[in-house]
Amino acid sequence: MSARANILNRLRAAPAGAPVPLPDVAAWHAAAAPMDSATRIARFRANIEAAHAEVHDTDAKAWPVLLGQIAAKKGVRRLLVGKDAAEAAALAPLAGDDLQLLPYEKPANEWRTEFFDTIDAALTPARSAIADTGSLILWPDARAPRLMSLVPAIHFVLLDAATIHADLYAAMKAEQWAAGMPTNALVISGPSKTADIQQTLAYGAHGPREVIVLLIRSAGDAS
Amino acid sequence: MSQPIEFHPTGSFADRSRAAVNNAPLRKSFRGAMDFLQAKRLAQFPNAADLSTLRDLGSAIRRYALANLPNLLVQLEEKLTANGVHVHWAETPAEANAIVLAIAQRHKATHMVKGKSMVSEEVGLNHAMEAAGIEALETDMGEYIVQLAGEGPSHIIMPAIHKTKQQIAELFAEKLPGVAYTENVDELIRIGRQVLRKKFAAGDIGLSGVNFAVAETGTIFLVENEGNGRMCTTVPRVHIAITGIEKVVAKLDHVVPLNSLLPRSATGQAVETYQNFISGPRKPGELDGPDEVHLILLDNGRTQAYADVQLRATLQCIRCGACMNHCPVYARVGGHAYGTTYPGPIGAIISPHLIGLADTYPLAFASTLCGACVEVCPVRIPITDILIRLRNEAQARPGSVDATLRGSGAARTAVVSAIWSAWSTIYSRLGLYRWTSWFMSRGRALSPTEQGAWTRCRTPLKPAAKRLRDLLRERRK
Repeated sequence: MSARANILNRLRAAPAGAPVPLPDVAAWHAAAAPMDSATRIARFRANIEAAHAEVHDTDAKAWPVLLGQIAAKKGVRRLLVGKDAAEAAALAPLAGDDLQLLPYEKPANEWRTEFFDTIDAALTPARSAIADTGSLILWPDARAPRLMSLVPAIHFVLLDAATIHADLYAAMKAEQWAAGMPTNALVISGPSKTADIQQTLAYGAHGPREVIVLLIRSAGDAS
Repeated sequence: MSQPIEFHPTGSFADRSRAAVNNAPLRKSFRGAMDFLQAKRLAQFPNAADLSTLRDLGSAIRRYALANLPNLLVQLEEKLTANGVHVHWAETPAEANAIVLAIAQRHKATHMVKGKSMVSEEVGLNHAMEAAGIEALETDMGEYIVQLAGEGPSHIIMPAIHKTKQQIAELFAEKLPGVAYTENVDELIRIGRQVLRKKFAAGDIGLSGVNFAVAETGTIFLVENEGNGRMCTTVPRVHIAITGIEKVVAKLDHVVPLNSLLPRSATGQAVETYQNFISGPRKPGELDGPDEVHLILLDNGRTQAYADVQLRATLQCIRCGACMNHCPVYARVGGHAYGTTYPGPIGAIISPHLIGLADTYPLAFASTLCGACVEVCPVRIPITDILIRLRNEAQARPGSVDATLRGSGAARTAVVSAIWSAWSTIYSRLGLYRWTSWFMSRGRALSPTEQGAWTRCRTPLKPAAKRLRDLLRERRK
């Protein structure tokens, strides 16, 4: 008999306990107070800033220039962008001697050392965000691969303020996650950190030291 | 990394805990950490009614998963397989290690980078890999520190909780070439980051644990703050996840309430930095992520707990560590004194299934039954009831209906057996009972003054001068 059969047989042979109905997560969630758009934006911002991320208000036109200014201030010279990504095209006019745009074109395994050692920052879009915990939702694909939000010391994130959900449950349902999960979905709440040495919080453990959110606001947004 | 790893000091729990309570720096480390964690947790749950509702839901989600465990495991396997993940089943630690080793050898792997996984500690994976010539490097900062020191974790969430920053500074200066002594925590973390980045870039295999495995979508859910878990599951060509069979949940949205409870109960954080949902290997066109993903489902005694309706609740655990953070015993003796992979109240109730009651029953007695663990458990495991049950199992007569576990009756000594046997003889014969009770009340002066552990801090027990029978007779007069 295989280990699989032995384990399943033992589990199936066990006495049934008291029946447990399917837990109603929706009912629990429905009891939470609803949040309007302005509140969601404000909460997202306050929560992710409390986790040491930077948030900059901008708009769909102005963000490349703002990113250029922040990059210059932080000494970013090599910025990784997604191949054929819309945000990379928008940044193209900024490229020059001071800021080099590197499209993520080759599989990571072909340039691991260079990737780990020479990239200063990366820019990815966020699919959406969560107000309740101050979290960014990333849905990596060929245009924004997984390691962009992990390896470089600075992670720039473009986030449309209109996509901020109240909480993770609302995001999962609105975006129908259960209908099809990607290879990797990520919920990121600030720069990497650790408190493993005497409960002292330190940022920049293994992932980015800085997460910089460019929050795209449209004219209709409440402030 | 071949170093003689002495996981736990030898000797009994009593000896180890005696040594621990006399170790002032260790006491200080734990007391400070416990006070800090208790206050942080409390601040995350300002509303008692909301917390109670959430705990009810968390408990229901875990109980639902256990009630449907075999079917959910099969569903999980189907979904993961459809997603391109290889699923393996292991009954024992040796089988789990053999599966990892076979994968490693097929890929001619020499360097394994590990995210935090208590199940990998449970199976002794690092030893097995080292014995086969594969470096198994811990990359969680706390795990890295204890591995460097040749120790095991003393807490399931904060492995290096027993160490002061001075001890870590000395360790780094001694073990890492070119590193000078510094007590600056930011600097220590920067050193660890630099050393481990090179290892991530060179890793052949990444190994991780699992926080929850979602049957509905075939998703491995992992949480962490450092980013090392994401490194281990994204950079190497092969990712192996290992988990106990109980970690499955039915629905993707069941993760939401559980992960609302987990970080707040564990470290008093509102949320972890990274919630990582992994549903398969790299797809064509994707530029990173492993080519192969494996999941190992480990039994190692969990089916024994599952077989008993009361003890099954042990498997509800989501490994937050709140029970140990609030345990007056754990706070004083620390994690290593338990001598088991999982310390604290959860360790006392899960370890008997993993390694047998014979080696673990003293842990069930190392409790005041104060119930602090039960009050904070996010999934409402009745820990104290289970502790009492395990005490009874430890004292049960082998072969009797009360002895249901591997190692039941291990605490029952020949003296105890003889006493109970005499007791049942006396109490089932009226004449003998009357004579014995008469003799004991008249001969009470002969009671021993040394009565084992009882008299260490209590006055000796003496039979009453008059039996109940005598008192009743006097009243009737």
